[in-house]
Amino acid sequence: MIRLERVSKTFPGTQRASVEALDLEVPDGTTCVLIGPSGCGKTTTLRMINRLIEPSSGRIIVEGVDVTHVDPVQLRRRIGYVIQSVGLFPHFTIGENVATVPNLLGWPKAKIEARVREMLALVGLDPAEFAARNPASLSGGQRQRVGVARALAADPPVMLMDEPFGAVDPVVRARLQREFAEILRRLGKTVIMVTHDIDEAIRMGDRVAIMREGRLVQYDPPERLLAAPADAFVADFVGSDRGLKRLTLIAGGDVALPGRPAGPAPAIAAEASLQTALSLMLSEGTDAVLLVGQDGLPAGHLTLTHIREVAAADHAAATSITCHGRQA
Amino acid sequence: MSTVMTWIGSHADLVGRTMREHLVLCAVALGIVLATALPLGAALSRHPRATAVAVGAVNTLRTIPSLALLVIMLPVLGTGFLPSVVALTLYGLPAVLVNTTVGLAEVDRDVADAARGQGLSEPQILRRITVPLALPVILAGIRTSAVQIVSAATLAVFIGGGGLGELISSGMGLMDYGQLITGALLVALLAIATEAAFGVVQAALARRYGAAA
Ligand SMILES: Nc1ncnc2c1ncn2[C@@H]1O[C@H](COP(=O)(O)OP(=O)(O)O)[C@@H](O)[C@H]1O
Ligand SMILES: [Mg+2]
Repeated sequence: MIRLERVSKTFPGTQRASVEALDLEVPDGTTCVLIGPSGCGKTTTLRMINRLIEPSSGRIIVEGVDVTHVDPVQLRRRIGYVIQSVGLFPHFTIGENVATVPNLLGWPKAKIEARVREMLALVGLDPAEFAARNPASLSGGQRQRVGVARALAADPPVMLMDEPFGAVDPVVRARLQREFAEILRRLGKTVIMVTHDIDEAIRMGDRVAIMREGRLVQYDPPERLLAAPADAFVADFVGSDRGLKRLTLIAGGDVALPGRPAGPAPAIAAEASLQTALSLMLSEGTDAVLLVGQDGLPAGHLTLTHIREVAAADHAAATSITCHGRQA
Repeated sequence: MSTVMTWIGSHADLVGRTMREHLVLCAVALGIVLATALPLGAALSRHPRATAVAVGAVNTLRTIPSLALLVIMLPVLGTGFLPSVVALTLYGLPAVLVNTTVGLAEVDRDVADAARGQGLSEPQILRRITVPLALPVILAGIRTSAVQIVSAATLAVFIGGGGLGELISSGMGLMDYGQLITGALLVALLAIATEAAFGVVQAALARRYGAAA
């Protein structure tokens, strides 16, 4: 778990605090996405956790330990760190880059070599092809894969990622988001990720923390953020299409009506989101779609009316979590 | 050429002594340059403002002609070995200091930041990341400095520092062309050899550190 308690940072020579009285708790194995306008203090918050920046006041607890009570160099070897520009060491091979922290920790050579191969394979790079190559020969997306492999190499329980997809083109970005989210979830990492892309935040965050001028404005699961923005700033930030965005969080198969549509209807994968289903209906001029499971067999259907009902029910659920609690 | 060979043959002792003096003078000066400019450059490179000021100051120092630098030493330190070494050190310092400072400062900040974020200590970052990456630039500075010192040491004779300049100056005084040309030739060869030797070191390190250039 990562916990920030009333953490503030005022840089020397500046008047205003860059981060002010920030409280944040990230449960084990979950991903928290920090988002907000440029300069709102996201990077500063992230870098205080591994003490690349020292807080002016407040406490930061990682894995039960106050970070100010441990040597920063030792602390950083237990926390994966990924930055937008990746920062691979250009005079090391890709394999040597991935081996950085295991080397620092003095692992035996054979164990390091095995680990490097395992990590490269994990991030989708063939070790035989890539381990001995130079970073200069990689594309932007491949570089970030190596960056993540390097950060994961010593199996740190916690990962800090600062705009990890900021420098890759949109097509590659979508792939990396999906793959990295899957890897981090499977490995059970506790993650704090910074982004300025609300869609990325919604896609990757178990909870999303919206910051403004150094303060935390709202900290909620994506569904609730979209259904019940805390104020006008958040509503504006998540966008006027937040109704549509919410539909991206629900897979068609999870809310399908049984049987087949009444008339002829286009087919779509059952794991596709309601937003994709709705878009298909609009573009095909139909008011229903057939869902197809991974086995290729029909898996129910969706109608326009049904999507509206689901959206309304989802909205009610997301805005009244406390009421549900009381009823139970 | 044969005049030179004959002259060297008949004055082996003198050639040997002046050559030895020249080499010692250069080696001591270069040694002091390295011992001061490398750590000073490393310290300066951490502070962008200090870097700018130091580079400016040092470039001004560079514009002083070598002979002037030697002569300035006269009233301060008198004549002989010591003032010669001091003058040559001052002369060779700028190239190493500027290249070390700039070379280290220009290593990609994100690379050093990533290294710190992975848990490398500050000495480890310097040793494994910034110095290797800045090495081509630092070595180029050392190479320039060494060649400058070897050439400028020819003038040490004017303040009693000895060296190969002695052959040139007394060759001129005595109108002894054999001696004059021998001196000039040996200085030129020494400078070329210095340049070439550092070139070899540079190439070897470039190979070892791969794409570090
Ligand atoms: N080293 C620093 N010295 C002074 N001010 C800084 C420093 N780092 C960041 N700031 C200021 O703190 C604020 C927050 O910066 P940052 O955390 O980088 O924002 P974000 O990552 O959200 O874009 C900005 O106003 C920035 O100018
Ligand atoms: Mg930032």
